[in-house]
Amino acid sequence: MAAEKAEIEKLKKECDGLRKQIETARKAVNDGDMKGASSGVESVGRVQLKKRKDLKGHLAKIYAMHWAADSRQMVSASQDGKLLIWDTHTGNKLVAVPLKSAWVMSVAFAPSGNLVASGGLDNMCTVYNVKAASPKTLRELDAHTGYLSCSRFLSDSEILTASGDTTCCLWDLETGKQKVIFTNHIGDCMSLALSPDQNCFISGACDSLAKLWDVREGACKQTFSGHTSDINAIAFFPSSNAIITGSDDTCCKMYDLRADQEVLHYQDSGLNAGVTSLALSSSGRLIFAGYDDFNCHIWDTLKGERVGVLSGHDNRVSCTGVPEDGLGVCTGSWDSFLKLWN
Amino acid sequence: MSTSNLITMKKVVQQLRFEASINRVKVSQAAADLQQFCVQNALHDPLLTGVSSSTNPFRPQKVCSFL
Repeated sequence: MAAEKAEIEKLKKECDGLRKQIETARKAVNDGDMKGASSGVESVGRVQLKKRKDLKGHLAKIYAMHWAADSRQMVSASQDGKLLIWDTHTGNKLVAVPLKSAWVMSVAFAPSGNLVASGGLDNMCTVYNVKAASPKTLRELDAHTGYLSCSRFLSDSEILTASGDTTCCLWDLETGKQKVIFTNHIGDCMSLALSPDQNCFISGACDSLAKLWDVREGACKQTFSGHTSDINAIAFFPSSNAIITGSDDTCCKMYDLRADQEVLHYQDSGLNAGVTSLALSSSGRLIFAGYDDFNCHIWDTLKGERVGVLSGHDNRVSCTGVPEDGLGVCTGSWDSFLKLWN
Repeated sequence: MSTSNLITMKKVVQQLRFEASINRVKVSQAAADLQQFCVQNALHDPLLTGVSSSTNPFRPQKVCSFL
């Protein structure tokens, strides 16, 4: 017992030493200020987008939305117990998927457009074939011991999930079994984003940390700290070299992966609401962040300044998404509506 | 009980050793690269350049009529 206690003490000292080592290494490359470096970049001015469509159909709070790869279809999930697939060009509803459990927190469209996945307080990720004559349950992925907060398809045969049980998981859709389990967070995982080349993904959790993972090896490669509360939203900058996070601490932050540290934060003394969701414009220059204050605020990624706002929802903005072609932004809210802006 | 604490601590140390070992790029270089990416892609970012009404897929469609 005493020998073990001594060994644990020794390991604790080693941990402290390693943490100091990491901080020192980060400081050593911190030779510049992102804001200062961007002073030479032209301002984007005031970004004024117009609301183009209201998508009405859900009967309760919307918790999640995801664009299809065709930049035209979009799927939304509401605690009215339904997933709705929309044609955003016409505003028409194409498919309604009734859910076994109404307590949905996440939804995803497969890149092929053939499948959608959803899950929430049922702790499961259910995958549906939405190209069939009527939506058919393809798989029920049941192994998480906490709520499903987020899911993203790699293809029709693989999906990543993030859970309140603090783990993320890569599943094989052909067998319905877990392929890789990603453990390292010490708080509920709230959000995940896949890198464009699908070799890595990032996760944000209630331990206020963001982590970069290797999809195949299951290893956590880098950990980013700085937030002081739950990270609810996370996204890759389009070059794949940086990540943006949004938190209950009311800030968004950009962390550069190669410099291994925070390089900019997006905060305004007038903004006291938590960040629920975020999406980037196609060049990465604009961050669209949904907040608990019923708005989606627009930030200049490089200068860290607030440059616009999407106002109109009557309740918390719970989800935000920009399609692959970058032609607009979709916001979804607890007011049961989705809005399209550009 | 205490054995699992030891195992957990060993994992934490292993993870920190791994994270400490990566090569880091200077922030000034990283910032320059991010800026360059934004500037290079700005002209192709519809939310920056604006979407013309004739090509805006989300704009309410005008009804065509035969004259």
